[in-house]
Amino acid sequence: MTKPRTLFDKIWDAHIVDRQADGTCVIYIDRHLVHEVTSPQAFEGLRMTGRKVRRPEATIAVPDHNVPTTDRSKPIAEPESRLQLETLAKNVAEFGVTYYDINDIRQGIVHIIGPEQGHTQPGMTIVCGDSHTATHGAFGSLAFGIGTSEVEHVLATQTLIQQPAKNMLIQIDGELGPGVTAKDIILAVIGKIGTAGGTGHVVEFAGSTIRGLSMEGRMTVCNMTIEAGARAGLVAPDETTFEYMKGRPHAPKGAGWEQAVKFWKTLPSDPGAQYDKTVVLDASEIVPHVTWGTSPEDVLPITGKVPNPADIQDEQKRAGMTRSLQYMGLTAGTPLTEVPVQRVFIGSCTNGRIEDLRAAAAVAKGRKVAAGVNAMVVPGSGLVKHQAEEEGLDQIFLAAGFEWREPGCSMCLAMNPDKLEPGERCASTSNRNFEGRQGKGGRTHLVSPAMAAAAAVTGRLTDVRDLA
Amino acid sequence: MEAFTALTSTAAPLEDINVDTDQIIPARFLRFPRKDGYGSFLFRDMRLTEDGQEKPEFVMNQPPYRSAKILVANTNFGCGSSREGAVYALFDYGYRCVIAPSFGDIFFNNCFKNGLLPVKLSAAEVAEIRRIVCEHPDTEISVDLERQTVTLPNRKPLSFQVDPFWKMCMQRGLDDISFTIEHRGDIEAYEKRHAAEQPWLHIGEKKKA
Repeated sequence: MTKPRTLFDKIWDAHIVDRQADGTCVIYIDRHLVHEVTSPQAFEGLRMTGRKVRRPEATIAVPDHNVPTTDRSKPIAEPESRLQLETLAKNVAEFGVTYYDINDIRQGIVHIIGPEQGHTQPGMTIVCGDSHTATHGAFGSLAFGIGTSEVEHVLATQTLIQQPAKNMLIQIDGELGPGVTAKDIILAVIGKIGTAGGTGHVVEFAGSTIRGLSMEGRMTVCNMTIEAGARAGLVAPDETTFEYMKGRPHAPKGAGWEQAVKFWKTLPSDPGAQYDKTVVLDASEIVPHVTWGTSPEDVLPITGKVPNPADIQDEQKRAGMTRSLQYMGLTAGTPLTEVPVQRVFIGSCTNGRIEDLRAAAAVAKGRKVAAGVNAMVVPGSGLVKHQAEEEGLDQIFLAAGFEWREPGCSMCLAMNPDKLEPGERCASTSNRNFEGRQGKGGRTHLVSPAMAAAAAVTGRLTDVRDLA
Repeated sequence: MEAFTALTSTAAPLEDINVDTDQIIPARFLRFPRKDGYGSFLFRDMRLTEDGQEKPEFVMNQPPYRSAKILVANTNFGCGSSREGAVYALFDYGYRCVIAPSFGDIFFNNCFKNGLLPVKLSAAEVAEIRRIVCEHPDTEISVDLERQTVTLPNRKPLSFQVDPFWKMCMQRGLDDISFTIEHRGDIEAYEKRHAAEQPWLHIGEKKKA
C-alpha cells in the first residue's frame, strides 16, 4: 500500500524533473507570473547569456506595482516608475511573453488576474517574483514567491532547484460570527503562530470554516500565509473551486474540462496523511482583528487595548514592543477603538476582489467618510472595477466620500504616488504593517474591508459589529 | 556571482527580531537599476535621517562596525517580501555573510544566488556572538564554508548546516542556470509526459521544433 500523501506531497511529486542524492530537486513550473519590479534584471540576464524564455505561453506578465491609480491617459510622472513599465513592455515584446498592458481592462494586480483569467488551476506549480504568490494556493496549486535570480532561472528553464518543504495543517472548524471575515481568520492565525510560525512549511488550510469560504475568501487566507513565514498556503480544490473556474478564459474547455476536474478531484490529501505540525482554531472564537504594531503578528481583537510592554517577560520582545509602539505613536492601555485614523486604504492582492468591495460598500452605504479622513478604494483589476461599477458600488463609495481609483498595488507598498505621509495613520486592507511600508513614517493598521470602511466613516478604528 | 570560500572580518550586531526586507531596502528604491549599486539603499530609513544624515545610534554608523563584512542578526531575519534587492543592498554595502538563528525562506534562497552566505546558528550561539561583538567591536570572526564553521578568537568553532548543492554553487561562484540546462533532456522528457497526462495545461501552445 502506498503511503497516504498530503495535497502538497502530491503536487510536489508530480513536478519532480530530477532528484539529487541529497534531496535537492529540479521541479517543473507550470505557470510563471511576472511583474515590472522583480523582472528587469532577469530578462537582462537572459539577454546577456543569449537565452530565451522556455515557455512564453506559460509566462504571464502584467504591470501592477508602479502603476498610477489616477488618470491613465496622462504620462507617468515619476521617471523610475515609467522606466520600469517601459522595460517590461519591451521585454515581453522581445521574448514573446503573454502580456496585459496598462490600458487593457484585464490589467490588475498579478495575483488578482491570474485566477480571474483562469491561468491559476488546481495541481499546478505557480511562481512569481512576489511573496504574495501564495494567493493562488486557494485553488489547490502550489504557488510561492521567488527572487529575481529564480525568476531568470524559471524563464530560462521552466524549472526551479528546490528542497521539499514540510507539511503543516491548519484546521479551522465552526461558524464565523457576523462581521468576521477571511481576513480576520488569517490575522488570528498569524497572531497565534507568529510571523515565523510557518517557516520552512507549506500550510494546508482545512476544516468546515475554510470549506465554507468563497474563492475570494480562500485567496485572502492563502495570500497572507507568507506573513506567517510559510512560502505557500493551500486549500484542497472542491466544487466551490470548480464553480469559480468554469468558463474563465484560460480554464480548460469541453472534454478538457471534464478530464481536468476528474484529475483535480484526486488532489485532496489522503485520509491518514501525516503533517509535521498541526494547528487548530475554533472559528466561533474569532472576532474582527486589527494590528497595533509593525509586524503582522502584532495583532489583537478589535475589542482589545494597546498592549503594555511592561507585561512582557522576554527582554527582546519587550524592547521590540516598545519600539513598535513608539513608531506607531500609541500609548499602552488605549482601547483600540479609540485610535483615530486619517487615511483608509481598501484594495491590494489581499482584499481587492469583488467580494471585498461589496463588503466595504455595505458598510459605506448611506454613511459619510468622517471629517479629516481620506479614504480610497483601489480595485484589484480592471475587471473587478468594471463589475463593481455594474453593481453600482462605485456610486456608493463616491456618495460616501471615498475616492474610486484605477487598479494596481497602490498604497499596499507605496511604489506609486499613493502613500502615507510621515505620522499618518491608516486602516488598511493590505497585508503588511511594516515600518514605512505604506510610505516613510506611515502607520498601518491591518483590517478587513468591512472594518476599513467602518474606520473611514467613524474616523477611528471601529468594531464593524457596532455599526449595525 | 562572486564565489565564497572563507572570510575573516569584524562583525556588526543587529539586535532586532523580525527584520523584514522592507527595512533592509524600502520599496521605493526597487525602481533603480542594479548597475549603479544598491549599497546606499541599505537600511535607508533606519540608517539615515530624512535629509540623508547618518543616525549615530544605528549600529552600522558606528566606527568600529563600518568595515564589517559580517552581520550578526536575530530571529527571522529577512522576512516578508521576496525582493532580491534586500540581498543586493547588503552585498553592495560590503556584507558577505549574515549570521542569524533563522531567516525568511525567500531571502535565505536569494542569498545563495548573490554570494552572500546566510549562516544559521542556534539562538543562544548567535546571542553570544552579538554580545561579544558589542563588547569587543574589533573581534574578528572567521567563517569557513568548506568546514562549515564559524570561529571566534580563543573559542571552539561553531558548526553550521548548509545544503550541499548551494554550498557547491557558493564555493565555485556558479550560475545555477547552467547546471539546470544540463538537465535539458530531463526537462523535455518531463514536458512530454506532463502534456500527455494533463493536456489541458498545454492547449494552444506552439509545437516546439
